[in-house]
Amino acid sequence: MAIFLLRRLGVMLLTTLCLTFVVFWLTNLQPNLEKLAKTQGNMRMTDAQVASWLEARGYARPILMKYGEWLGVVPGFVNLSADGSVQARCLDDGMTIETAPRYCGVLQGEWGYSTVFREDVSDIISIRLGLTAKLMLWVMILMVPSALLLGVLAGMREGSRTDRALSTISITTTATPEYVSGVILIAVFASSAVGLKWFKGTATSAMEDANFENFFLPVLTIALFGMGYIARMTRASMAEVMTAQYIRTARLKGVSFPNIVMKHALRNALIAPFTVIMLQFPWLLNGVVIVETLFNYKGFGWTLVQAAGNNDIELLLGVSVVSVIVVLVTQLISDIGYVYLNPRISVS
Amino acid sequence: MKEPYDGPILEIDGLSISFFTRLREIPAVMDFSVKVQPGEAVGLVGESGCGKSTVALGVMRDLGRNGRIVGGAIRFKGRDMADLSDSELRQIRGNEIAMIYQEPMASLNPAMKIDRQLMEVPMLHEGISEAQARSRALEVVADVKLPDPERILKAYPHQLSGGQQQRIVIAMALMSKPALLILDEPTTALDVTVEASIVELVKDLGRKYGTSMLFISHNLGLVLETCDQICVMYSGEAVERGSIEDVFDQMQHPYTQALFRSIPLPGADKNAHPLVAIPGNFPLPHERPKGCNFGPRCDYFEAGRCDAGHIPMFDVPGNERQSTRCVRFREIDWASPPTIGATHEKGEAGKVVLRMEALKKYYKVAANALFGGEKKVVKANETLSFEARESETLAIVGESGCGKSTFAKVLMGLETATEGQILLDGKNIEQIPIEKRDTKTIADVQMVFQNPFDTLNPSMTVGRQIIRALEIFGIGKTEADRHRRMLELLDLVKLPREFAGRMPRQLSGGQKQRVGIARAFAGDARIVVADEPVSALDVSVQAAVTDLLMEIQREQKTTLLFISHDLSIVRYLSDRVMVMYLGHVVELGDTAQVFSPPFHPYTEALLSAVPIADTSVKKKHIVLEGDVPSAMNPPPGCPFQTRCRWKSRVPGDLCETEVPPMRRMAEGHQVKCHLSEAEFVTMEPVIEVRTEDA
Amino acid sequence: MEPLTWAEIIPRILWQFLPVWIALLGLFALSITFKRRLGFYGKLFDSTIGMIGFALVMFWIFTGIFGAMDLIVTHDALAQASGMKNKVPGTPLRGAEAGEYPYYLLGGDNLARDVFSRTIKGSWIVVQIAPLATLFAFMVGITLGLPAGYYGGKLDTLLTFVANLVLAFPVILLFYLLVTPEIVATGIPSYMAAVLFVFPLIFAGVLLNSRYQTRPAVRTPLLVGVLAGMGWLYLSLISDAGTPLKVLPRWLDLFDVPGGILVVFVAVVFVNAPTVFRIVRGLTLDIKTRDYVAAAQTRGEGGWYIMLWEILPNARGPLIVDFCLRIGYTTILLGTLGFFGLGMPPESPDWGSTINEGRKLLTIYLHPALPPAFALLSLVLGLNLLADGLREESLRD
Ligand SMILES: Nc1ncnc2c1ncn2[C@@H]1O[C@H](COP(=O)(O)OP(=O)(O)O)[C@@H](O)[C@H]1O
Ligand code: SF4
Ligand code: SF4
Ligand SMILES: [Mg+2]
Repeated sequence: MAIFLLRRLGVMLLTTLCLTFVVFWLTNLQPNLEKLAKTQGNMRMTDAQVASWLEARGYARPILMKYGEWLGVVPGFVNLSADGSVQARCLDDGMTIETAPRYCGVLQGEWGYSTVFREDVSDIISIRLGLTAKLMLWVMILMVPSALLLGVLAGMREGSRTDRALSTISITTTATPEYVSGVILIAVFASSAVGLKWFKGTATSAMEDANFENFFLPVLTIALFGMGYIARMTRASMAEVMTAQYIRTARLKGVSFPNIVMKHALRNALIAPFTVIMLQFPWLLNGVVIVETLFNYKGFGWTLVQAAGNNDIELLLGVSVVSVIVVLVTQLISDIGYVYLNPRISVS
Repeated sequence: MKEPYDGPILEIDGLSISFFTRLREIPAVMDFSVKVQPGEAVGLVGESGCGKSTVALGVMRDLGRNGRIVGGAIRFKGRDMADLSDSELRQIRGNEIAMIYQEPMASLNPAMKIDRQLMEVPMLHEGISEAQARSRALEVVADVKLPDPERILKAYPHQLSGGQQQRIVIAMALMSKPALLILDEPTTALDVTVEASIVELVKDLGRKYGTSMLFISHNLGLVLETCDQICVMYSGEAVERGSIEDVFDQMQHPYTQALFRSIPLPGADKNAHPLVAIPGNFPLPHERPKGCNFGPRCDYFEAGRCDAGHIPMFDVPGNERQSTRCVRFREIDWASPPTIGATHEKGEAGKVVLRMEALKKYYKVAANALFGGEKKVVKANETLSFEARESETLAIVGESGCGKSTFAKVLMGLETATEGQILLDGKNIEQIPIEKRDTKTIADVQMVFQNPFDTLNPSMTVGRQIIRALEIFGIGKTEADRHRRMLELLDLVKLPREFAGRMPRQLSGGQKQRVGIARAFAGDARIVVADEPVSALDVSVQAAVTDLLMEIQREQKTTLLFISHDLSIVRYLSDRVMVMYLGHVVELGDTAQVFSPPFHPYTEALLSAVPIADTSVKKKHIVLEGDVPSAMNPPPGCPFQTRCRWKSRVPGDLCETEVPPMRRMAEGHQVKCHLSEAEFVTMEPVIEVRTEDA
Repeated sequence: MEPLTWAEIIPRILWQFLPVWIALLGLFALSITFKRRLGFYGKLFDSTIGMIGFALVMFWIFTGIFGAMDLIVTHDALAQASGMKNKVPGTPLRGAEAGEYPYYLLGGDNLARDVFSRTIKGSWIVVQIAPLATLFAFMVGITLGLPAGYYGGKLDTLLTFVANLVLAFPVILLFYLLVTPEIVATGIPSYMAAVLFVFPLIFAGVLLNSRYQTRPAVRTPLLVGVLAGMGWLYLSLISDAGTPLKVLPRWLDLFDVPGGILVVFVAVVFVNAPTVFRIVRGLTLDIKTRDYVAAAQTRGEGGWYIMLWEILPNARGPLIVDFCLRIGYTTILLGTLGFFGLGMPPESPDWGSTINEGRKLLTIYLHPALPPAFALLSLVLGLNLLADGLREESLRD
């Protein structure tokens, strides 16, 4: 098991490095940098000015070196210009060049500074991530049990009327992306024109004080889309298990139908959906971004849109790293959980 | 609770079962009747698809959503099963009637420990406590002769071998001491020696617990060994019923007779007494003929009578409980010998075409597929040496995992040898992978595969597949040439030429296997490796396909390497036999030499394990303990030492420490064993044909 | 003029769809009559679910096609009519000229354009891009997945790693990174297009070569012909005046894809391909253990022949099912792109962009956002039902 874990961690690390490098490279392409120079400096800079602006701040150096600095494995950039002013990557307010640390990258906890929010990236991310975690927690609480229930009920008697009805529900919800279901839900429940006005159409107030009225719609919107998918997986897996020989064995032993489902079928049927739930995370992130934008809930997804839309390089990098790590960690958990759920894979 | 009852345990009376599909009703069982008396074992035989399993599931009332009993009655201990409520039915299932079926691994819940699965039965039906149930489980697991019951109870199914799993399934069936046990092909998925031990166990337990049995099998030999009564089914109907002796020795139905004539019994011989195949094909349920279902394939068919209408079961006068579904059974001369097809001179073996010298194939595998871990060496083939001549059939015999298929792969060039040489016409080919072989070599060495459902590409017509082989072997200059040659090949394997345009799914198993043979001979192969070519086919088709292979061999002077685990067929068709165990050749010799003493202890056990459907044959009973060891962890010394009953006769611990040398017993006969000359002499034959019948 | 009531709007809308109804009726009548002779496609008409799904999908395909022919639409999808801003469904067009349709059947949006016509025009964009992008993703996935599954080893490890890399990347982030104007300016999407679109060429080349290798007289002219044709199409596709990849001179360039659309196309193919790769790889691992593959090996067939002619045709069932599902997923992705205003031209009537515009005033005006939302929902639902029906039918018999 230890070897397995180590190997998985190794692969995960390598993946993170590759992906962050790709993001780093894409965000540090010349056009992005020029845009940065103009927004930070002056909109009417000439090309030559832009070049020297970038030069002075160390942007005009090889990409690998910049990546190393950002990561914190290469000493930070220092530029003593002719006029005596100092430009250094690791120089914070109230520091002199002597007291500033040599390394200041992600590994040292220096995630950079957001040009849009004028705040430290690490602070933004921790606050926004917390808000999104709250959202996701409720999504999971709503989505997973109802999806499993839906799937198990549909799959235990394949082809029955219950199955047809429940399957239609789950197919419909998978066919409804968040930006569609969100719009419909707002129209029905929150619109001031004709709607029922049960819930609020924005979730901004839920950031401080989440309650049923302002938080239910966003949670439901994300949960619905994921729910159909998990429910269908569960149904397929359950239906397959119910036709297995050992279920027939149990039936011919005289076990009653509820007991067959609970004792014999359930554990086997949940192995496949478990992996699916965990692999849902990259998708859920999609939903989070859409829903946070739609409901104006200023969480992690909303931050991503702001960073990407405003060319906020350091913030975008931070957001990317975090989301990639979240995805990879869930994959790791799914691998380990699979091993525990499935006795056929022995861990020697 | 269970009341004592002394009438027939199970009475099936005129049972008809249909499956309802979108297109039509499929009558799977029609007018089927059988009685099982207390303590009696009734065998149900027939080819696959004839409705045996459907009868069993009908008794259990578990026909799925689209199956329905459309006529007749099933009475269990006198009570009509149709009158039972759901909960009464549940009380009978598992408690009074238990069922065992083919795939042991699939019958056990993979995510549940063995003890839970066993204890569930009595806890459910008798309401006993967990502790009591567990002690009962321990007892029954010991009864089915599993070593170390405590450990087994704590295991998951996947941690046991196939044989052990089937024992657990049997144990589970016996947990509540049922009155009736239904076994649906319980040993088909197992190796012969394991099958023999399971059959032995079932017989013993039946006696010990006084259980009645309904034993379903396609193997007449197995039924002979286990049952008192037999019922032969054909295409949804019982065609003959009676005691084993009556049906085996005085059969009263043409199908039963044809069945017996198509299986290789001792005494059959490919040249002097060839098998008689049943012509034609098994009818599909919705394409049954009017009148007698067997009519189109029956030698005694008489228009106007046999196809007039429904044929009932007739009691056979004189033989109590024997009956037959044939209108002409009184007129047929049952004693007249079969009209034997052309007999042949034994073909002369020609020059040596293939020679193996000390061939070794080792694989390096990761110890654990998922987590990697250190590499282990699996010795799939250890020092294989033999030679094969033109027009000769060399049989390679052994159970699963003995290295038969590895050997075939190395010969074909799909793998390269670790050591040793393979000489084809004196040229070394053991290190040349298939991509580097020239077309001639490839076309010369071809293969026929085991599983007919897998051997043809399902999305290409039969003709195209053969033409592709011709293209690859560079035969024919134009497309038209190849098309003509393809049709000739279809003729060669006795398939109608229209089949060229068919898709494989429109063909029956035997027909697919014929196409496979045609494809193998497309480039005029000189050496054909046939990997269990008939073991997945029904007995009546087996004979036809075997004969076809023999005939082509005679015409083309092919060297046939016939891989099989079925010694009956091997004795019937091979000239020489090579017995393998765990990668070693343990015995090699002429067919006569291998099948008569002295033999290697493993050969002896194999011979004893093969069921023979002949009441006049007496077999010595040798049951091997345990399973074939895994090739990953072979035992030290003699590979067979863990199961050998002769081991004690070898002085010292020679068998445990030293791999025995290959010993020459007679001209062309070699045995790999430490036993002394004197011990070999004491060996007795395993199979004896009783003289009074011969 | 009085605004129309819903009882008047609905018949009028149904009437507008008349060409679609006729086409659908004809298609179904023909298909059901000959269903026994149409193989896999015919079997679809045995399943109610499958038929409903197929009907929904074909509805939108016909709508897209006829809409592009200006048959169903009532107004120019981009034209703004004075006084129609945010007007409710059924509002009469002020000062309608003769020959002009006198109503906005589903109202006007915040730029006073006809919602009904925009929704119809939007379907054409989806119906064009989604299946084509999915097809390309399948080409890439199949061409890489087959060897990964068949040969295994280092190649498999590498390709699987790369596929997982793409899969671990949050889709939305990828879109933001790829589809922004700055990155488009560097030409990266064009280079990606050049790489991704070369796969159909490889695929066709290897497919034909492996099949006709034994008959050089047929193979060589065939290969030259097919590859030249496809090559030309390929070069026309990737070469575009506005991008760094300008390989073909103007007079040889058959067509230009609008820049934004190409980028969207590339992004969608890029995120779909790894999943297809994984599916194909899994199927290959399964099918390569069959005896007919061994038979092909023992008669000395090359790897590509086995992969493309022995394995791939037998994997078609699950692949067709996934193809339908994936078109649905692609439709959702396209909508997502539109929703974030990525890639699509600003005036574009595609459903995602329209929903995005409509949502801003959603709590007051519902009608601009709901029609495209329901359109997208019904198309994706249709694709899902179709896939379900196909799966059910392919499992039977
Ligand atoms: N669920 C089912 N639906 C339709 N036909 C079936 C079903 N189960 C069995 N059959 C048909 O019933 C016949 C008898 O099958 P079976 O009882 O399994 O035969 P056996 O056990 O002798 O091999 C076969 O023709 C088979 O195709
Ligand atoms: S009834 Fe006629 S066709 Fe049928 S088995 Fe008897 S003789 Fe043959
Ligand atoms: S060498 Fe010993 S263990 Fe091996 S077969 Fe001979 S007697 Fe048995
Ligand atoms: Mg059966």
